[in-house]
Amino acid sequence: MIDSFVVPLLKILIVLNATLVGVTYMVLLERKVIAWTQSRLGPMRVGPYGILQPVADAVKLMIKEDITPVRADKWVFTAAPIISMVPALIVYAVIPFGPEVSLFGRRVSLFITDVNVGLLYVVSVASVGVYGIILAGYASNSKYPLLASLRASAQLISYEVAVTLTLVSVILMSGTLSMVGIVNAQYNGNVWFAFVQPVAFVIFFIGGLAETNRAPFDMPEAEQELTGGFHTEYSGMRFALFFLAEYANMIVVASVATTLFFGGWLRPFPNVAFLRFLDLIPSWTWFLLKTFVFLYIFIWVRATLPRYRYDQLMRLGWKVLIPLAIGNLVVTGIVKVLMVMW
Amino acid sequence: MGEAIAFYTLAAFILGFAVLVVSTKDTVHSVLFLVLDFLFVAALYVLLSAPFLAVIQILVYAGGIVVLYLFVVMLVNLKRPPEAHQDPRRRSKLGFGLSVAVLLELVAVGLIGVNETGRPVTAAASVMPVSGNTEQVGWLLYTSYLIPFEIASMLLLVAMIGAIVLAKREL
Repeated sequence: MIDSFVVPLLKILIVLNATLVGVTYMVLLERKVIAWTQSRLGPMRVGPYGILQPVADAVKLMIKEDITPVRADKWVFTAAPIISMVPALIVYAVIPFGPEVSLFGRRVSLFITDVNVGLLYVVSVASVGVYGIILAGYASNSKYPLLASLRASAQLISYEVAVTLTLVSVILMSGTLSMVGIVNAQYNGNVWFAFVQPVAFVIFFIGGLAETNRAPFDMPEAEQELTGGFHTEYSGMRFALFFLAEYANMIVVASVATTLFFGGWLRPFPNVAFLRFLDLIPSWTWFLLKTFVFLYIFIWVRATLPRYRYDQLMRLGWKVLIPLAIGNLVVTGIVKVLMVMW
Repeated sequence: MGEAIAFYTLAAFILGFAVLVVSTKDTVHSVLFLVLDFLFVAALYVLLSAPFLAVIQILVYAGGIVVLYLFVVMLVNLKRPPEAHQDPRRRSKLGFGLSVAVLLELVAVGLIGVNETGRPVTAAASVMPVSGNTEQVGWLLYTSYLIPFEIASMLLLVAMIGAIVLAKREL
């Protein structure tokens, strides 16, 4: 009873709450890092060094007036923020934060579940997330949100192809679709997949930026052209849901990149004996550390690079990334067969 | 027992949403009910312990094909009444005939299905040399069903080339 019901429920509660707190502090981190890049201080007023700023933001968004445009499609308008938030959160069900550990004399795995189609589950749930964006633009009954949502969905669908192709290369390397299995394959192979699949990793990272609508691919939110993006007509908590979903998706991309290419919860050089003192640091800390590095790079890229033009973005996706990903997949397959024959 | 309850609940939702798909006036709402319908069908696959099929169902149908439906429905003005098929008499007759045919088919399947119960359905899965749902699907596709699989992929290729030729007049 405890193992089959209470423990999973506790894990879900912890992961959900940690994600939501992480997302709000991600917003603060972004404001701080961009401020430092531009020789500013960023939020400083609420709490020491602005550390309570997310609380103030949340309270402000909650007490704002919630407006539904008169000509909007009411049901769809209400459902759209929920549809974008839910997939961003349920992906965490298969992300492994660590291996099995003993906690209070009980074997506890540091992941909610390990299904044997884990990686495909991530891809399919992410593909459902597109609906939130399309429907928000449609239901607002306003031209700029509609244009932004069409752009966003075209961008998501294009880059999804390249990202999924890089995932296939990783699957070829590990021979399994399970997220835990992929980490174990990197442990057994003595190498993080980023070093044997550098091309796949770079394509995955660029595609990840585009899929989360981050700079330099933040076309759907180009303020100069679209007055805000697909969520222009939203206010208050519904707008906040879109915002949270975007940051939750960033954390998803960062943790998937960590799991697939940087050994998940493994410490650096997991099989080198004289580095064993690194095991004193718990495995989930390594996972969070690597994920944090990725998130920092996301913000760093946004602070550094200017935005792409829309046709350049599409050309990059279809004419560079997808052929590269296919070529990488073919080469991986040939090398794999040669190694088996040898 | 629990499985039966889950099945009938899912089946009720699937049929309910299917009715809403064809009865809703607003085309976008109807497409959204179709997405919900596909998600519940995926849940049905999970119940049959076929997680691979469930995930592919969501990825291809709910996440891929219906997004394209939605694009078409959003960009084409469907508020205008149809002009070509204004003869309601002809359509009602055709619809009646088709529904009678489908009903007869369902009754026939039901009768024959009842006579055949007791035949083990999982026999094919147990003799396969690989374990795991994904591996079994892959094995079947590349051994027993190789030719249908290749023909299907050729069809998709032809459709893709056709679309490119239609869309781009000068190459």
